[in-house]
Amino acid sequence: MTDLSKDRLLELYRQMVLIRRFEEKAAEAYTAGKIGGFLHLYIGEEAIAVGACAAMRPDDHLLTAYRDHGWAIARGLDPKRVMAEMYGKATGVVGGKGGSMHMASAAHRYWGGHAIVGGHLPLAAGVGLASVYKGIDEAVVCSFGEGSTNIGYFHESVNLAAVWKLPVVFLVENNQYGMGTAVERASAVKRIAQKGRAYDIAYKTIDGQNVLEVYEATKEALHHARTKGPYLLEAVTYRYSGHSMGDPERYRSKAEIDSWRANDPIFRFRDWLYSHRLIDDATVDAISDSVEEEIAEIMRFAEESPEPPDEALWEHIYVNPQEHR
Amino acid sequence: MAEIITMPKLGFDMAEGKLEEWVKKVGDTVAEGDVLAIIETDKASVEVTSFHSGVLHRLLVSPGDIVPVGSPIAVIGAPGEAIDLAALGLKVEGEAEAAAPAKPVKPAPEKAKPEPTPAAAPAAPPPARILASPVALRMAAELGIDLSAVRGSGPDGRIIKRDIEAYLREREKQPVKPAPPPPPVPVPAMPPTLEGIEGYRAEPLTAIRKTIARRMVESKQQVPHFYLTISVDMAAAMALRKQINAVLPDENKVSVNDLVIKAAALALRKHPALNASFAGDEIRYHDQINIGMAVARETGLLTVVIKDCDKKSLAQIAHDARTVVARAREGRMQLEDMTGGTFTVSNLGMFDVEHFIAIINPPQAAILAVGAVQQVPVVDADGQIVVGTRMKLTLSADHRVTDGAEAAVFMQDLRKILEEPIRLLV
Amino acid sequence: MARLTMREAISMALREEMERDDRVFLMGEEIGVWGGTYAVTRGFLDQFGERRVRDTPIAEGVIVGAAIGAAMVGLRPVAEIMTINFAFLAMDMIVNHAAKMHYMFNGEIKVPLVIRTVGGGGRQLAATHSQTPDVVFAHFPGIKVVAPGTPADAKGLLKAAIRDEDPVFFIENALLYQVRGEVPEDEDFLVPIGVSDVKREGKDVTIVSYSRMLQTSLQAAERLAKEGIDAEVIDLRTLRPIDTRAVINSVHKTNRMVIVEEGWRAYGVGAEIAARVYELAFDHLDAPIRRVAQAEVPLPYNRRLEQMALPQVEDVVHAVKDVLYLNE
Repeated sequence: MTDLSKDRLLELYRQMVLIRRFEEKAAEAYTAGKIGGFLHLYIGEEAIAVGACAAMRPDDHLLTAYRDHGWAIARGLDPKRVMAEMYGKATGVVGGKGGSMHMASAAHRYWGGHAIVGGHLPLAAGVGLASVYKGIDEAVVCSFGEGSTNIGYFHESVNLAAVWKLPVVFLVENNQYGMGTAVERASAVKRIAQKGRAYDIAYKTIDGQNVLEVYEATKEALHHARTKGPYLLEAVTYRYSGHSMGDPERYRSKAEIDSWRANDPIFRFRDWLYSHRLIDDATVDAISDSVEEEIAEIMRFAEESPEPPDEALWEHIYVNPQEHR
Repeated sequence: MAEIITMPKLGFDMAEGKLEEWVKKVGDTVAEGDVLAIIETDKASVEVTSFHSGVLHRLLVSPGDIVPVGSPIAVIGAPGEAIDLAALGLKVEGEAEAAAPAKPVKPAPEKAKPEPTPAAAPAAPPPARILASPVALRMAAELGIDLSAVRGSGPDGRIIKRDIEAYLREREKQPVKPAPPPPPVPVPAMPPTLEGIEGYRAEPLTAIRKTIARRMVESKQQVPHFYLTISVDMAAAMALRKQINAVLPDENKVSVNDLVIKAAALALRKHPALNASFAGDEIRYHDQINIGMAVARETGLLTVVIKDCDKKSLAQIAHDARTVVARAREGRMQLEDMTGGTFTVSNLGMFDVEHFIAIINPPQAAILAVGAVQQVPVVDADGQIVVGTRMKLTLSADHRVTDGAEAAVFMQDLRKILEEPIRLLV
Repeated sequence: MARLTMREAISMALREEMERDDRVFLMGEEIGVWGGTYAVTRGFLDQFGERRVRDTPIAEGVIVGAAIGAAMVGLRPVAEIMTINFAFLAMDMIVNHAAKMHYMFNGEIKVPLVIRTVGGGGRQLAATHSQTPDVVFAHFPGIKVVAPGTPADAKGLLKAAIRDEDPVFFIENALLYQVRGEVPEDEDFLVPIGVSDVKREGKDVTIVSYSRMLQTSLQAAERLAKEGIDAEVIDLRTLRPIDTRAVINSVHKTNRMVIVEEGWRAYGVGAEIAARVYELAFDHLDAPIRRVAQAEVPLPYNRRLEQMALPQVEDVVHAVKDVLYLNE
């Protein structure tokens, strides 16, 4: 059924729980005014980041959109520093200069959460180009919402990746809405994966609420990317929260949300673990307790971390700032 | 052909003038030499005469307006001539009775492409400041140059760098003011104010008041004054004056002041060091003896000058003094009335002031303060206390030009002349 | 030294850098088989092969975007945007990505990228193909904007740009490609980014310019010299980061300044330089600063009308006389 060990599977479960709790605490901190700007929560979509990152090699590359906290944690960034980034603290993953939408870590080959819709797709093509240029098989996972597939960048990037056979997995997180606009109201093609046909590349639609399916599909897509070229993978999912904090959510019903909650990725995975006798109540409780402990530590770290120094304002505008302005 | 009348420059350091009154009005026929208007400079009210004949078509400034030298103030043309202000390079607004003073407008230079002009340029910018480029302002501040003394050659008379340089070259050639140029000594812009008193009436400084303020501060700060006071027996002089006036018509009657002026002129002839001026690295001993006298007016003190006093008879001096004082009181001064003084006599005797000390009027070397002629107890040759006729004279002299002993001898000679007044007549 | 055209100097810089460093590669429209629409990369495909000379689809967004991505992970791409007018199609990539990432990601990401492009009017290409919107790109901190006016500077600046760790927007001018000048053949000849240069010394007036208008300004200076006016001509060379040292020094000497740019006057280079001089050297000015710039119209096709709208030598001469108060 899966090549993942029990420990690895339990680790994926724990990650999903951690991301869920992390996002709930983020919402709370946002409401309390501790987090500024926009806050886009990943609740309901945890299986995709966790499953996809599990399939990636450490030397592969990741670029995502701005709903990126879950991705950052799944890719292995320190959750304390992810929360501290949202708090705008010096200890944040990018020193408090990016905020919620702009997590990144060169060490994790996570080349950023990007907040211009579709803007990171050309970049992902370029990262893939570098692998081809260098003659190495590092591949790229580039995740984005289905709304991005209507923008020019999607077509330019997928086309170039196809022409140059770049090792890029274009991973669509189809959560049904681009902000408040339902997919069928915005895209002529409802089954997003079919857009791969236009560029004659491999494509597939999967259940994004099933972490193991995401894992397996991403693994396959990455292999394809390394050997043959780009792959368009559509993971169907749902976000329980609004687009961002403060979304009035006039575009959907409570009943719709509830129907998706019945298909919750964490519960489904837990049930799967139970059914395969890989988990028991004690383990579930232990994981829950350890997550709560970690969350407490994450929030304490974010709260107590120092503000960036004033000098930070002038740092990193350029690698080589010219002396004379 | 229409002619533009501009604000005349009525003195080397005049930068702007205030139109006091239009003597002619629109439609009047004007002959060359006619008085068009009265202008107030920082020295005096002066008549503006026309250099053109014709009909006065337009008045471009109104009484009270202050405009820079060279600014158009009126247009004279042929009778019935249609005047196109724009064709003359003048702004159309700001004419006639409009309060806005006209500003000379440079004809727009031809351009390859339209240059956007500031859309919201004020129709009538306040013209009361001296236009100078930033670098000219900076140089003037550093070199202690009074910009009102510099002629601007830029647009609208703007003083630019080359004007400052030209001024400096000129000043080096023939310094006019006490030099080397010391740091500027303006009247403090914000002198201390009186605390703890209630109510006052504020009046802005007139141009004349400003000039007096500036020049007096300059003098007191830059000129090392020293003072000598003598008491002169005026009995004989007063007797002589009585005799002379008995035979002169009213308009030529001789005053005590005239006697002092004539006496001073004669003494100065013997003591050129007091008829001199300090000019930086040299002292100039003047050939002419032109004596200035202070005239008090409602609008402020004014110094008028009587030329060649040593060569003029007492009666002539009396006549000249009377005429020029009258002109000063009426505000109808001409430039010659105010310039060229080499020594000044300041007299407050008519106010029964017994004795006072005057401030030197630079670049002159000295000023004589004249007190009242008074009956005072004196000790006569026999040691008896008797009634005498005395007048106190105080000389203020520039120690850079002369010394105490020399000045003392001058005062001695002056006393001798006044006490033997027959010398005034020969 | 070799006497080369600007085109040859730029080719030389690209070739030398590609030979020096395998990380350097070219991507853009028609740069390979065609040899570059301005023939700058003619022969490059034969010399370096398709791996390093990459013809792209006509898709400016992904040309710049993929170059950014490649730069992020260690390559040294030189992306060519056929003309600066098409760079607007990549504006988001340039402004929101290349210029932002190093700062926004707190140094986690570097973008050592060069975008080469060609601007300027005067070739009867009409309104959309004749623009000089250099200042638009120079507006954004995080990107460097370079626009050489001589062959030597073109070589030295392009090589410096390729070796720079930051994104550099390198603006060439189509009418300058034929201009000849002495170019050092030294393979390590670099001209530092962010340093302006006095191209002609003079004492009466300062003319500040860059790119093609540098040549126009130098011609104007020669004409003025015949009339006894000694103009100093300063080449900005880099628009961001701007270097006003030479400008300020010159204004201290001449007290008068004219700024010449091919782009529009409003919000332009002249506005920026003038403002800085007013801020830094106000007390040294003897006359208001004048700007010579393109007429505020979309450039027309008709040759006569187009030339009317573009700054000419006589416009510069006239502006100089204006600040010298010689016009009446």
